[in-house]
Amino acid sequence: MSEARVDDLVSGILDGEHRALARAITTIENREGGYRDLVSALHAHTGDASVIGVTGSPGAGKSTLVDKLAKQYRDRGLTVGVIAVDPSSPYSGGAVLGDRIRMASNVGDMDVFFRSMSARGQLGGLSTATADAITALDAFGKDRIVVETVGAGQNEVDVVRTADSVVVLVQPGSGDDVQMLKAGILEIGDVFVVNKADMDGAATTVSDLREMLHMRDGSPAGVAGHHGVASMDDDTDADSEDWDPTVLETVATEGTGVEELIEVLDDHYAHLRETGELDRRERTRYAEEIRQLLRSDAADLLEAEIDRHGGLDALVDEVQARETDPYTVADRVLEPFADCVDRRRG
Amino acid sequence: MSTGQEQRTIRCLVAKVGLDGHDRGAHVIARAFRDAGFEVIYSGLHRAPEEIVQAAVQEDVDVLGISILSGAHNTLIPKVIEGLKEYGAFEDTLVLVGGIVPDEDRDDLKAAGVAEVFGPGTPMQETIDFVRENVRR
Repeated sequence: MSEARVDDLVSGILDGEHRALARAITTIENREGGYRDLVSALHAHTGDASVIGVTGSPGAGKSTLVDKLAKQYRDRGLTVGVIAVDPSSPYSGGAVLGDRIRMASNVGDMDVFFRSMSARGQLGGLSTATADAITALDAFGKDRIVVETVGAGQNEVDVVRTADSVVVLVQPGSGDDVQMLKAGILEIGDVFVVNKADMDGAATTVSDLREMLHMRDGSPAGVAGHHGVASMDDDTDADSEDWDPTVLETVATEGTGVEELIEVLDDHYAHLRETGELDRRERTRYAEEIRQLLRSDAADLLEAEIDRHGGLDALVDEVQARETDPYTVADRVLEPFADCVDRRRG
Repeated sequence: MSTGQEQRTIRCLVAKVGLDGHDRGAHVIARAFRDAGFEVIYSGLHRAPEEIVQAAVQEDVDVLGISILSGAHNTLIPKVIEGLKEYGAFEDTLVLVGGIVPDEDRDDLKAAGVAEVFGPGTPMQETIDFVRENVRR
């Protein structure tokens, strides 16, 4: 993509053109030439949106809840951007992105910008692409940005971690609570929502969750010298700086509990700001982003260097024939880089 | 894998518009597109033309496939195309129509901006090949 085209997209986004925003996100997703310049140019215009991550098992009602959440924000005069991530087929690379079907409350309202993204099988790259898409929505001027993803696997956990507030959706019954523990999602949630609260077993799920969250807070970060039962009694004053994860009930199809959810999210955001946690999270996020970029850029350089050595297969052949060993190969491939770094530093 | 490589995927919106509850065909085509390696966004049933436009613009799709079996294509499809033009999205969106469209209406739809009309019995591969050959960017 030409420099002029990048400029067009940037000015289009800053002028509030939906088409430019949509095209920018495509550019970001496809990693088209020029996307880095695009994201670089947009970065200066970001920082005003608050980002909410929504995750939970398939069928928990994420899309429906996000739809109602967007509607409530719109009723309060805020503009909303939504990124819904769905998995793609590892075989064909294709995907059916179905989250849009649930976006029924915001029909014809262009101030809710809903975008479906597929995971495209890119390890680690997904969180980068999502973060860049958030940058575009933020620069466009969206007040609230919601990122929705199935909470399965590290990749997607990384995605919701780019959010300021993380909402974890749980279904009543069905043993999901145990599954959540397994997936390690319990640690990242700021707000837990038991959706479909009109179903049997909702109250049990709520109390199960509260218990598990209590254990989560009681165990690692407790004050020294407190163990077991003692720390449980203490944690209200000891952890006054920390956010106590809230457990809420909603019936997303009816919109029940959505207002409460928004209030808790506002509280959480205020808490982040007051405690300085917002800044800290942002710093951690940028640190990770820089690392991720450096790693993938370095990997690209190395990939090219491996090709120069006749490709990985040729190197493997040598190692397999016991002519050389993996360490020597790595040193050989890296040598020009190391030399170059030395010279530049010198 | 790497974030530096360009990764292009054809994006399609499969849409049902108007009062028409028959979406078996739309499901079959969505699945075929997915298996062809496309990213498919399915609109769901009973969508108004402006919803389709909103979705096509925001999702920045390469292909908009409208399935219609109600006979209201002459009214609904031009509305969708007008909407796409309003947002400057018409030039690079390939608009396809599938379903029950009488022969005498086809030319009018094409004149309005539809790239092709696929009737019942069209082999899946034919539609997929058409998309691959005609995607506008």
